[in-house]
Amino acid sequence: MWEAIRRWFDPRELRSVGSTPDYRFSLANERTFLAWLRTGLALIAGGLAAAQFLPRLPLAYLREVIAVALLLLGATVAVRAVDHWARTERAIRLGEELPASRFPAVLALVVAAGALLLVAAVLARGLG
Amino acid sequence: MSRDPGLQPERTRLAWRRTLLAVTAILLLELRLAFTGRTFDAVLAGLAVVAWLGVLVVDWRRATGSGPRRVARWSVPLTALATAGLALLGVLHVVRGLR
Repeated sequence: MWEAIRRWFDPRELRSVGSTPDYRFSLANERTFLAWLRTGLALIAGGLAAAQFLPRLPLAYLREVIAVALLLLGATVAVRAVDHWARTERAIRLGEELPASRFPAVLALVVAAGALLLVAAVLARGLG
Repeated sequence: MSRDPGLQPERTRLAWRRTLLAVTAILLLELRLAFTGRTFDAVLAGLAVVAWLGVLVVDWRRATGSGPRRVARWSVPLTALATAGLALLGVLHVVRGLR
């Protein structure tokens, strides 16, 4: 794990493997990273909004739990985006297949499950 | 190489600019968070501004000169770390508010 983190910050290593690709591929990889980062930023904005704009909910600390969960999810997306960017850059330079990842599917399921839970909470509050 | 000499760097510059705008929105939410309650949380506000300035500098570096034609290196991990840092600042503030 620390090896991977060191690799993110070691540009020489990233530039020494394989051969330099067409810069357009690197730029496309960079834009994909930025799109992921904005996804994380949207989750963080949701967490900050929950912390500031949600009224106190009937369940104790539910508001705080929602806010912290969204913030941590956003941070995870940001960190994972760097890792994916570095591994993709390496694969492009080595001419290997791009790294496969379950992360987008897992993230989609987590967000969908969270949304359904909130729907249930809103309904329970409206009916109860 | 010659098919779109200018478009890809331009698109990358714009992607950085959109990201900077998103980070700016986060900064504003975080500054608002720092002002809620009776006291002003100067540490939260200060660190949030530092993270935002980091992204601003990276964006500026990627937008000027030959930036977008070079492979991004420090720019990418630094921006992600600033983002994760902003998230953790929010977590710390929420957790501290529970006491």
